[in-house]
Amino acid sequence: MTGVTVNVEKCVGCKNCIPICPFGAIDFNSEAKKASINDKCTSCGVCVPSCPVEAIYSDIKIVTDLSQYKDVWVFAEHRDGKLAKVGLQLLGCARGLADQLDQRTCAVLQGHKVEDMAKTLIEHGADVVYYLDAPELEHYRFDTYTKAMVELVRKHLPNMFLIGATHIGRDLAPRVSRRLNAGLTADCTELTIDPQTKLLKMTRPAFGGNIMATILCPNTRPQMSTVRPGIMKQLEPDHHRKGEIVKEKVEFGPRDTMVEIAKVVKEQKHLANLEEARIIVSGGRGVGSAEGFRVIKELADLLGGEVGGSRVAVEKGWIPQDHQVGQTGKSVRPDLYIACGISGSIQHRAGMQTSGCIVAINKDPDAYILKIADFGIVGDLHAILPMLTEEFRRELGK
Amino acid sequence: MDFTLTKEQQMLQQMVRDFTQKEIEPIASALDKEGRFPEEIIRKLGEIGVMGMTVPKEYGGAGADTVSYTIAIEEIARACASTAVVVSVNNSLACFPLLAFGTEEQKQRFLVPLAKGEKLGAFGLTEPSAGSDAAMQQTTAIKKGEEYFINGVKHFITNASRADIYIIFAMEDKTKGTRGISAFIIEKGDPGFSFGTIEDKLGIRPSITGELIFENCHVPADRILGENGKGFKIAMMTLDAGRIGVASQALGIAQASLDRSVKFAKEREQFGKPIAILGMIQEAIATMATDVEAARMLVRYAAWCKDVKQSYTAPAAMAKLFASETAMRVSTKAIQIHGGYGYMKDYPVERYFRDAKVTEIYEGTSEIQRLVIALNAIR
Amino acid sequence: MNIVVCIKQVPDTTDVKIDPKTGTLVREGVPSIINPDDTHAIEEGLRLKEKFGGRVVVLSMGPPQAMDALMVCKAMGVDLCYLISDRAFAGADTLATSYTLAKAVQATGPWDVVICGRQAIDGDTAQIGPQVAEALGVPQVTYCTEISVEGRKVIAKRALEDGYELIRTELPALFTVIKDINKPRYPSVMGIISVCRSCDIQTWTAKDIAASPKMIGLNGSPTQVSRTFAPEPKGVGQVLKGEPEAVVKELVKKLRDKNVVRVR
Repeated sequence: MTGVTVNVEKCVGCKNCIPICPFGAIDFNSEAKKASINDKCTSCGVCVPSCPVEAIYSDIKIVTDLSQYKDVWVFAEHRDGKLAKVGLQLLGCARGLADQLDQRTCAVLQGHKVEDMAKTLIEHGADVVYYLDAPELEHYRFDTYTKAMVELVRKHLPNMFLIGATHIGRDLAPRVSRRLNAGLTADCTELTIDPQTKLLKMTRPAFGGNIMATILCPNTRPQMSTVRPGIMKQLEPDHHRKGEIVKEKVEFGPRDTMVEIAKVVKEQKHLANLEEARIIVSGGRGVGSAEGFRVIKELADLLGGEVGGSRVAVEKGWIPQDHQVGQTGKSVRPDLYIACGISGSIQHRAGMQTSGCIVAINKDPDAYILKIADFGIVGDLHAILPMLTEEFRRELGK
Repeated sequence: MDFTLTKEQQMLQQMVRDFTQKEIEPIASALDKEGRFPEEIIRKLGEIGVMGMTVPKEYGGAGADTVSYTIAIEEIARACASTAVVVSVNNSLACFPLLAFGTEEQKQRFLVPLAKGEKLGAFGLTEPSAGSDAAMQQTTAIKKGEEYFINGVKHFITNASRADIYIIFAMEDKTKGTRGISAFIIEKGDPGFSFGTIEDKLGIRPSITGELIFENCHVPADRILGENGKGFKIAMMTLDAGRIGVASQALGIAQASLDRSVKFAKEREQFGKPIAILGMIQEAIATMATDVEAARMLVRYAAWCKDVKQSYTAPAAMAKLFASETAMRVSTKAIQIHGGYGYMKDYPVERYFRDAKVTEIYEGTSEIQRLVIALNAIR
Repeated sequence: MNIVVCIKQVPDTTDVKIDPKTGTLVREGVPSIINPDDTHAIEEGLRLKEKFGGRVVVLSMGPPQAMDALMVCKAMGVDLCYLISDRAFAGADTLATSYTLAKAVQATGPWDVVICGRQAIDGDTAQIGPQVAEALGVPQVTYCTEISVEGRKVIAKRALEDGYELIRTELPALFTVIKDINKPRYPSVMGIISVCRSCDIQTWTAKDIAASPKMIGLNGSPTQVSRTFAPEPKGVGQVLKGEPEAVVKELVKKLRDKNVVRVR
């Protein structure tokens, strides 16, 4: 079933439309010299204006007037019956954008029997929750989720669409953007509205974070953006907030069931090596004992990082050899390196000085490590670390 | 005069550099500490064709030119001089004489597996009484019927008990002097062939260096390499080529020493600033950098001469002489620049220093190189 | 089995620097490499060929210098390489690139599997794989750490943040792979010499792959770069002063602002 057809009488066989189709969905009969649409068609409509004699029709409304696209949408990702935090964070961001445009914030909730999540979405800033319920949407799959999302977009015409840059989001958003022929910008760290053009300004890192770029999407809608978890801040839930739940239906054809989830396995990923850790909490002479490393491990576990140590800590048997950072240990480049009770000798520095952000905690105000740290605290790590862990626990729980 | 590397040489350099950084660099220090032969690395290098780099394709080699070979050895030596010497001995001292002097049958039987990295080669010339005075071969070979009986001891042989195929030199007729020496192909397992002491060395410790013992070792007559009495000539021609390999190894050690020195000088602060701004450090680095570059030019030139089939005896001797003495100077200075840290095994420069020393000795001492160069100039 | 691998030549981003004045990249002296995730894609393609027979074709959309990357692929043992290059492709965002690559894949003839690396280290978007799969109208499995083929049926292991899932699908299909999937082989000396002495890698232009000018390059790119700038410089470090509780609070806030710690 396709929404796009070629009027065989009008078609003059110019073949203009054939290469334009991104999906290879237009066939050409060289005997009859006529084009026809095959079942690869996704109804994107990009071929319609390409025909010089207007022989291609779409019964799906292809809206080219950009002012018709309104509202800021957020994909409400959920897994195992729980809403992903990133969706709530994006609602907080969307709220800010929508208010500037005087438009609504809408959450897209696709799943099976998850209607009660809609309330939470409204409490976190959604004016509208579009809810699609189907057994095929129970677990995330690219095929059914793309079909549902695209139909929803074509029906309700959002201006902007924010999706979390999770394993799910990065699987889904590009597929959706291709089907819609819409622009997508990945891993945005900042989203603002241009006061003149009212366009979404999407800022993101490139070249491994060495450069920042601001991206615009002036001519296609929705303006799509993925954002990593933890970048945006969710709003305080307002239990009195009112919102609308709009239930939509979607049907799935053979083209929408291309994969099957055979098994899902949860496992703690044990890092193969320290070199891949994004956060390392490291201890040196100041830790004092193997027992002393407990506070280091607690903080590392909370932050989802790994434990490291200086040569002294290894030689004294406080931590195993494969955790050694330094000239005779591992060279590491985490985003965050917290050096506790480490003086910062040249051998140790050789293994960690190119870390993204260095925090040093040391009793000695003249310790060399404080010179190369981005943030330093002069104090006893045994007192500071538990406080730090507690503060992180409080902040990150939000 | 075009000093740029060809596309082929650039790609080879990039590949070997990549391999070295990923496979060799991370374990080089441990190999030295444990005196462990780089078994896995040699196997992988064999798989990608490095063990028979310059051997033609029809004999299982990769068919690369000598310049490419020097580039590969240098890159490997930058991380591990020991791995480099294993590769160099296999290519220059085992494959080369078989390629240059072997019969077709010998090439198929011995050269092919060496070039493919399936077997490892060794070169047995040196004896307790025959070092620089290589002609003083005490090992004897006597033909009886259709066999040769070999008796004697070789020592300081690289790859020793680990090798599979050995190019051995022995005296057939003492009355003929150097013209009485012949070359033979010996295999591990040949009757009467065994191994003696494995040496405990100052440097290149992962490389296995040891004694070969021949007690009435008997092999079929078809194991003679080249003609009877041509053994000394074969040995000298092989060493000529081998010198280019050792020169490349020394160059790699020197380059690594220089790189580490520059890195350390930029990081180490004394008197409130990195030591790289101090005049004496800059002078040292300038001399090191110039020597390394000059060594590289001599190595490439000697390799080029061999590739265009020009006489390369003197250029190879010059390259080996200069590169090995440069490696010794530069690695010594590298320790000095590192100060106390350079003396500790935490830093690799002390290993470079220990490894560098042997390059002034084996495959012809610096004194022998000078002799070769002088005689070449005077004659 | 006809296997197509899409690769990208990228600057080695660990060496890339930015000119703080112009806000643009300094690419001089920065070596170009095959995007790391793509080396795993090439290796997976070669392994599938070793198991099932057939051929591996590598495509790369890029400027003429991307030929170097394809030469390395040839030296690794792939059967055919095509450089998809045309001035008209310049300025392409991922949407235009995915259209171009899909057209190129189709131009290679009948195919069974397309393999891509998960993301490129310069753009860091991870969008190409799924967008090309959509354009080709085939199933996609991203973040693959294992691909098991039996006849036309495939079971792929897909990495999740906290584990993995096994996805069943059928060929033809597209897979994006991550580095855990395999250890790529090195190009052999023989391979390098062979490709240098008889380089027969063709370049395909927009015309060769029947690409519409409207859908490629700048024309086909809905997103455009408005400006680039250097990230905030690290600046001089600071020792936080004050009572421990206050100092700890300040540190946590500063680290959150820097986005180095995130909600789990």
